[in-house]
Amino acid sequence: MRAAPVFPLAGWRVPKLAVYVAGFVPAIWTFYLGVMDRLGPEPIKALEQELGLWSLRFLLLCLAITPLRRAAGVDLLRYRRALGLLAFYYAALHLSAYVALDHSFDWIAIGRDILKRPYVTSGMAAFVILVPLAATSNNAAIRRLGGKAWARLHRLVYVAAVAAAAHFLLIVKSWPAEPLLYAAATAALLAMRAFPAVLRRARSIPAPRRRRALTS
Amino acid sequence: MLIRHSPDIAPSEITPYSAYLRRREFLAGFGAAMAFGGAAQAAPLAAARGPFSTDEPRTPRADVLAYNNFYEFGGRKSDPAENAHRLATKPWTVRIDGLVAKPADYRLEDLIKPLALEERVYRMRCVEGWSMVIPWIGAPLSEILKRAEPLGSAKYVAFETLVRPEEMPGQKGLLQLLPWPYVEGLRLDEALHPLTILAVGLYGETLPNQNGAPLRLVVPWKYGFKGIKSIVRVSLVETQPKTSWNMQNPREYGFYSNVNPNVDHPRWSQATERRIGEGGIFAKRRPTLMFNGYAEQVASLYGGMDLERYF
Ligand code: HEM
Repeated sequence: MRAAPVFPLAGWRVPKLAVYVAGFVPAIWTFYLGVMDRLGPEPIKALEQELGLWSLRFLLLCLAITPLRRAAGVDLLRYRRALGLLAFYYAALHLSAYVALDHSFDWIAIGRDILKRPYVTSGMAAFVILVPLAATSNNAAIRRLGGKAWARLHRLVYVAAVAAAAHFLLIVKSWPAEPLLYAAATAALLAMRAFPAVLRRARSIPAPRRRRALTS
Repeated sequence: MLIRHSPDIAPSEITPYSAYLRRREFLAGFGAAMAFGGAAQAAPLAAARGPFSTDEPRTPRADVLAYNNFYEFGGRKSDPAENAHRLATKPWTVRIDGLVAKPADYRLEDLIKPLALEERVYRMRCVEGWSMVIPWIGAPLSEILKRAEPLGSAKYVAFETLVRPEEMPGQKGLLQLLPWPYVEGLRLDEALHPLTILAVGLYGETLPNQNGAPLRLVVPWKYGFKGIKSIVRVSLVETQPKTSWNMQNPREYGFYSNVNPNVDHPRWSQATERRIGEGGIFAKRRPTLMFNGYAEQVASLYGGMDLERYF
């Protein structure tokens, strides 16, 4: 597949390491602002929210790779693993902020929250799903599992995305725009997979069959 | 209930002279606020220390002014500070009507003039789980209500916020977070309780717009959203009035909305809270107190009531 000239990244190959390095900038910057007490009146909440938001962003970027290839011909497949792992790392940092800073390791309150509060339950569900996906995001695991089983396992990322988007929607008091936009983006990215014909028609070329299992 | 009525006593004789001066200052402050217009809304406003004030450290003024829920100006905490300067609070009229002997439209200055302003340093607990300590300036709501002479049939007080979409960006556009006007209510005995005040200032100044200028309710034992802002109407009524958050989600927000660590919000715990401006990212939560620490004063209002049911 030829790279689309409109997308500069596709022509010049950005090293994967650069994606990781850039990916951690928001975490380091936010933590720095927190230590300098420059995160506003509720710094712990701000830190927690920022980490959660970046986790969701990386998760959605990860889900955008396949539609971008299919509909726009932009091939960023080689960065998908990095984006998925960044989503997991940010979720882990987000969870750590929740446990250590927000609740000062009050395990009883934390346990009650996870069991009783749907917004925490859904966040935790998203995180638990991401654990095995992160653990098998390496070439050795793909070889061990075999491409098909690996792909089937990694389809769980859709469930994680739905849980994460619901998690965001369930926190808010009214209906502000941001969680609705993220939920809409999640729904759109999943719909493109549920109805691949739409994408194919958009490009008016058939999708390569052989690759479907690995990229959907 | 006027105690002294003889018209031949000058107001300056009834009122302690210092309080009289403070009123003059307040009115001058309002004038100054008007002269500067938009951005420089706050003007100095002195008041004697009132009862019920806490000695806890006050939340930094900058945080009190920057972290607000005032959905008329947008849904984010920073929106009111950014947008509220558009609100013109002068002239301001408050209608007091309903079951009162003397319904009237008051100019704000006239409503405030007879009052001895006090500073009340109160805890404020938001339903979202954060709290502040705010030095309000105001006067007991009871004093204002008494002037309108409530009738015996009045059981509740209903409040209403201004609707002015040209100056309140949250009141127009596609995504409106609540139905307008914002309305709130209290039982009459809650409204007459000496803790309940109408505030016209904070931190020694007239109220900044984002904090509910020029006139807002402060009921320190209830969640913050009961403290309706930018009030234009106060009505005495016979039946329990509608309240905005209760209409938006009756399962989550009750009419009473008393601070209660034992009754959780359906989606989050109310057992603890975070004090704003306290200790950066390593600060700990603190336990939330029954009636926000004002149980001694107000628990008797709810004797025999099931507070899980009447939340
Ligand atoms: C993949 C996993 C997760 C994702 C993508 C995620 C994402 C998010 C997002 C986007 C927000 C809202 C940020 C904002 O308001 O701007 C959020 C808030 C929150 N998340 Fe998560 N989350 C995840 C897992 C978890 C877990 C495991 C927990 C705890 C067990 C958790 C607890 C919270 C809490 C308590 C908040 C609210 C913070 C506050 O507003 O005070 N999340 N999360």
